[in-house]
Amino acid sequence: MATEGGSGFNIHPMDQFVVKPLFGDGPIAWYTPTNVTLWLAIAILAVIALLVLGTRGRAIVPSRTQSIAELAYGFVYQMVEDVAGKDGVKYFPYIMTLFMFIVFANFLGLLPMSFTTTSHLAVTGTMAIAVFVSVTVIGFVKHGVSFLSLFWITAAPLALRPILALIEVISYFVRPVSHSIRLMGNMMAGHAVMKVFAGFAGALGIGAVAPIVAISAVYALEILVSFIQAYVFAILTCVYLKDALHPHH
Amino acid sequence: MATEAQGAVEHADGMPQLDFSTYPNQIFWLVVTLVVIYLVLTKIALPRIASVLAERQGTIANDLAAAEDLKQQAVEAEEAYNKALADAKAEAGRIVAGARADIQKDLDDATAKADAEIAAKSAESEKRISEIRASALESIEAVANDTAVEVVKAIMPGAEDGKAVKTAVTARMKG
Amino acid sequence: MAVEGDLVQMGALVGAGLACTGMGGAAVGVGHVVGNYIAGALRNPSAAASQTATMFIGIAFSEALGIFSFLVALLLMYAQ
Repeated sequence: MATEGGSGFNIHPMDQFVVKPLFGDGPIAWYTPTNVTLWLAIAILAVIALLVLGTRGRAIVPSRTQSIAELAYGFVYQMVEDVAGKDGVKYFPYIMTLFMFIVFANFLGLLPMSFTTTSHLAVTGTMAIAVFVSVTVIGFVKHGVSFLSLFWITAAPLALRPILALIEVISYFVRPVSHSIRLMGNMMAGHAVMKVFAGFAGALGIGAVAPIVAISAVYALEILVSFIQAYVFAILTCVYLKDALHPHH
Repeated sequence: MATEAQGAVEHADGMPQLDFSTYPNQIFWLVVTLVVIYLVLTKIALPRIASVLAERQGTIANDLAAAEDLKQQAVEAEEAYNKALADAKAEAGRIVAGARADIQKDLDDATAKADAEIAAKSAESEKRISEIRASALESIEAVANDTAVEVVKAIMPGAEDGKAVKTAVTARMKG
Repeated sequence: MAVEGDLVQMGALVGAGLACTGMGGAAVGVGHVVGNYIAGALRNPSAAASQTATMFIGIAFSEALGIFSFLVALLLMYAQ
């Protein structure tokens, strides 16, 4: 197929995303421990290391790790409160879970030879659909049928409202798609670009200054993107939550 | 999606993201991961961080109150100090004024006494001087008288009339 | 390599390249959002901090469309 075509460099930027079993070579059943399992487990350990071990001192004057944990807590809490409103605060643990998981999965994916769990549509899609379904359920439980007024924009002229309602409904159902593909696309594109540059560097051998400089630059950008995408995922979750809690424009 | 079956492990010929055969596996482990993280966060991490933050807030509030208290005390102490200083200054001023008045009084007394002594002494001296002068005048008169009597006796013997001479001398001396 | 296969593959790759132009549109959009944010922030720096989240939401929405074109390119390249 495409990657086996004209390129003499023999670059396989998609290899890093292959899901393979940790032990043996068999087929992948739903319970098989794979490299996905390994890196998800490492993400769990990283979250525990930061938020549990980092804060075990419970110090009034925090250590460095504890300050980072408190910073993350304050950052997400502030975001939920600002965007979703006061009554969104009770969903703060869920959004914190998503944010911490995505941010660590993104950062762990930047380690050389690692596997980026958030570059897979299965992972981001599951999270996005979970957010979409729970937000919709929250909206209907809180407001009943009047939740549908989210799509009926009373500020617009009456003639325009059915058209706007159609657009709103479509954009509402596109939400999980864009929500998941944004994260997956950013992660996959960045890692594939780095892999391609690494292939150039390998092809040029000694003296491959330009590709290595480019890798460094892309790597720095990816660090930024890793954080921003986690932030964007969390803040969009808050925006959707706000729509569910306050559907009336 | 045709080639993934034979080549997926060596080289990803298609997009591994679209290899739906791995989806159940990924979704299962993702759900496990999210549930574990959620439980860790809600049971341990978030309450702990919240309590630490609240405790710090409380400590900071207490410290601020204590600082306010101490500041109040410092202000009071400064006021007391200033008052003591002002009192001491006033006291010192009063003592200085009293001392000055005493000294002035002593000085005035001494001056008056000295003036009186000087006046007494000079009066005495004047008295003595005038006595001396009076006695000198008397002596001069007596000498003049005697001299005149002798002169008269020498010029006109036998015409000595002591009384007349004396009258003449006295008149002469007065005139 | 069969000639017909090459033709199909060529069409897919050309289509993938054309789909990538959509990413340029997303780049323009994101630049527009951030540029306007900074212009506004320089005029009124005190209000800037409260609008950072809004800026990121705007970036996310405009970026999503670029990601869609990227996805279309990937699908054309790999998922025939």
